[in-house]
Amino acid sequence: MANKTLETLPEATILFAGDSGDGMQLTGSQFTLATAYAMNDLATLPDFPAEIRAPAGTTYGVSGFQLHFGSVDIRTPGDEVDLLVAMNPAALKVNLDRVRLGGTILVNSNAFDQRSLDLAHFDANPLDDTTLDKYHVIQVELTRLTRETLKDSSLNQKEIDRSKNMFALGLALWLYSRPLKPAEKWIARKFAKKQDILDANLELLRKGFYFGETTELFVTRYEVTPATLPPGRYRAIQGVHALAMGLVAAAKRSGLKVFYGSYPITPASDILHALSRFKNHGIMTVQAEDEIAAVGMAIGASFGGCLGITGTSGPGVALKTEAMGLAHITELPLVVINVQRGGPSTGLPTKTEQSDLMQAMYGRNGDAPLPIIAASTPGDCFQAAYEACRMAVKYMTPVILLSDGYLANGSEPWLIPSVDDLPEFDVEFAGKPNAEIEGEPTFHPYKRNAETLARPWARPGTPGLEHRVGGLEKADVTGNVSYDPANHEHMTRIRAEKVARIQKEMAPLDIFGADEGDVLIVGWGSTRGAIEAAVSRVRESGHAVGSIHLRWVNPLPPDLSDIFARYRSFLVPELNNGQLVRMLRAEFLLPFEALNKIQGRPFGPSEIQQHVMGMING
Amino acid sequence: MADQDKKKGKKPTLPPGMAGKKPTRPPGAAGKKPTLPPGARGRTPSMPPGSQGDGAPTLTRADFSSDQDVRWCPGCGDYAILATVQRLMPELNVPRENTVFISGIGCSSRFPYYMETYGMHSIHGRAPTIATGLKASRPELDVWIVTGDGDGLSIGGNHLIHIMRRNLNVQMILFNNQIYGLTKGQYSPTSEAGKVTKSTPFGSIDHPFNPTAVVLGADATFVARTMDRDPKHMKEMFSRSHAHKGTGFVEVYQNCNIFNDGAFFQFTEKDSRPDRTVYIEHDKPLVYAGGSKGLRLEGFTLKSVDLESGSYSASDCLVYDETSRELATIMSRMHWNPELPQPFGVFYREERPTYEDMLHAQVDDVLKRSGTGSLDDLLSGGDTWVVE
Repeated sequence: MANKTLETLPEATILFAGDSGDGMQLTGSQFTLATAYAMNDLATLPDFPAEIRAPAGTTYGVSGFQLHFGSVDIRTPGDEVDLLVAMNPAALKVNLDRVRLGGTILVNSNAFDQRSLDLAHFDANPLDDTTLDKYHVIQVELTRLTRETLKDSSLNQKEIDRSKNMFALGLALWLYSRPLKPAEKWIARKFAKKQDILDANLELLRKGFYFGETTELFVTRYEVTPATLPPGRYRAIQGVHALAMGLVAAAKRSGLKVFYGSYPITPASDILHALSRFKNHGIMTVQAEDEIAAVGMAIGASFGGCLGITGTSGPGVALKTEAMGLAHITELPLVVINVQRGGPSTGLPTKTEQSDLMQAMYGRNGDAPLPIIAASTPGDCFQAAYEACRMAVKYMTPVILLSDGYLANGSEPWLIPSVDDLPEFDVEFAGKPNAEIEGEPTFHPYKRNAETLARPWARPGTPGLEHRVGGLEKADVTGNVSYDPANHEHMTRIRAEKVARIQKEMAPLDIFGADEGDVLIVGWGSTRGAIEAAVSRVRESGHAVGSIHLRWVNPLPPDLSDIFARYRSFLVPELNNGQLVRMLRAEFLLPFEALNKIQGRPFGPSEIQQHVMGMING
Repeated sequence: MADQDKKKGKKPTLPPGMAGKKPTRPPGAAGKKPTLPPGARGRTPSMPPGSQGDGAPTLTRADFSSDQDVRWCPGCGDYAILATVQRLMPELNVPRENTVFISGIGCSSRFPYYMETYGMHSIHGRAPTIATGLKASRPELDVWIVTGDGDGLSIGGNHLIHIMRRNLNVQMILFNNQIYGLTKGQYSPTSEAGKVTKSTPFGSIDHPFNPTAVVLGADATFVARTMDRDPKHMKEMFSRSHAHKGTGFVEVYQNCNIFNDGAFFQFTEKDSRPDRTVYIEHDKPLVYAGGSKGLRLEGFTLKSVDLESGSYSASDCLVYDETSRELATIMSRMHWNPELPQPFGVFYREERPTYEDMLHAQVDDVLKRSGTGSLDDLLSGGDTWVVE
């Protein structure tokens, strides 16, 4: 250590990249855990191919994990990469343009053989020519060092070579002064039953760490001091887990059993994985035979007085739309989670996008508006999920919860919420007849609550409330099948009005940045971090820029008009070809400007910053 | 149009002289107003002794009729099925409020509206999914699925096979009329090849589904067939499917007198029924035609034998075993065969744990091992740190 200098950084972005079989997601998540331990603020972006094990060495098989951490407020996974760890030439090829000029590139030099260079379409070895002149390149013989470390191990050559990510992890942990302990604990837990693998991984991890200390390759070591976060107990949370726990919270607070029906689909399957372990939390899960069955089962469970929930991604929602219409007309609670991914069709299954907003708004036959709530950060998935459940039950309606691949897979430090602070979640089932016909007590399934317009929820098993619901239009109040023209118009309007009344549940919008002035940025969903980081930067240069972020996209919040009146121009950044922006233009007839990115990756703050500066400077 | 369909769609196996025969209405349907199932009002069937023995008021068939007008075509076989189900309900000893009918789309799927129970008329083909969610989450409910050949075997074919393999303890009544009725007369997945309909003016080139073989292929645990023209047998099949713990599948040959009149007349009408059908019963030899004919198993093949010529007697015939998957398969494949009768009765029955029982056993097991989960513990699980 004596000959190394220690430099303190406010923030750093590192990217681990390698073959999809190289264990980069694992390396990244372990580095994340250590970073959380070091009490930095952080944001992550796992980025992997749709193929499980694409052919080794190819550019399309490259898997990456980007992590932005700091002692300052961290809102995105980072604009530019400070350190790229490239396990092979393909990983370097794919990610080089993400590294800032002057940034560090750590490569496994053993992997730069002719065959790998050919696979990555390098004409010459970039380690030998001028390709990397503008970067600080550190060549480490990861493969050789790994083999040497494990030369006495009982593992075979293939197993040994596959463990080299642990050496890289140890080295990266040293470089940024992260603790070894979380990774050591994880390895001990993960391989508790495989002593030889456990020993090998631990040894490599430590060897990598000490290699940093002893090698001449590094003259500088970095540290990132703890971030100043609000006081409280924290954990690192991935969006998908926050969402699953939000559903559990809804089950606990409402006393309802939650029934989750789902069909495997990227990137929503992890919700099913998480919930299927929560059997002792009042959650039932069924892996259905298809997307339609998954939503059908959820509707059946809701009819039975449980809270039916189904989770999927855009292609799955497409299949569920008819059933969502059924839940709308039968006025049953239902939560439909869409973890959005790149579309259309199969699109980009493992990449993020916000392109299902129009589908959520309009993707059903007939007039069938549904409330749409959108999560904005990985941790926020918890509150959004809880709120979606609460409103579904209170208003007896399906609610669409929009997440996306970035929120689902990304993680951040999360101030663990107190259960008691969650909003009340009361449920009232119909218990007795609510009407009389010729002196006989009877039950009218569509006799509504005057305030919410919700119809009563009568569970099968309740004597005297036998009733039929269904997809045919029903007469108001009695719920009998009705083809009456005036009734149909009345029912269509009343169902829409019921959804619109959710406006009453909304707190006034928070404005981030200037609360009047040049530009107002309007966002929804996972772009929040990038938008607010951009607002902060633009304000530093003295411009009056603010942003609002929509939690509810339908109905829109009631205070939008008043807020819009205070700004000269409007920008709507979205990871799609312009969807919210069209809704806003139609609703408010104002010149909303669109900023669209459709590359399967989140916005970097600088992209939004540049656009806003362009607007200001005309 | 309907007349033309009838002629072109004639079964090759139809006995001579049957083709021009006017359809007879289901029992009790003749002359009645179409808005009410026959006898739906004011008739109290005698209750079997011991039912509702807890002193609760004895329910009658009328108690299971909703106040909604029945809107099937006059003369439709559906009336007989509705009447049979309503007649059976009081005998089952299930509280009315615990009974739920779930249907999809089609003529048959209007069924729940006519039952004074809980019910849902859902979307096309999806009734098994709704029923699965309901039964899995509320196992104490008595769930019936009503579907048809289009709803259950075409658009909902996937759900049909999956509910069978999961074996939820529900009943499924499949109204098979070999035609799309509500959309006015297109061929269905059970329509015979060559069927001339509105959508197949030159004859259907689709190979038809064999419903009992389909569900047996999906490892159904209870498979039966009955017909609208034999209410007594129909009631027995529904009753047995209800008594079965598992998915009770009953296919009902049901006459659509508007778009496919007489599709099953060779099996259902008095004069041809004895020769063209065999009623299978557990542990009894397969005999038919008033005892004058029987079925023998030769190799894997069934052969009809004359029991009056002196060569064979009933004791030479195959004694049916409804717990044999092999015999059930052979029975299901005895299908529209001009040389052999069409089987009715319980093809197959098997005890297998139900889906909802296993689902809740798993939940109970986790609860026993881990106790009721605490939300606070869950939220603060994993590695945490405190910021002062």
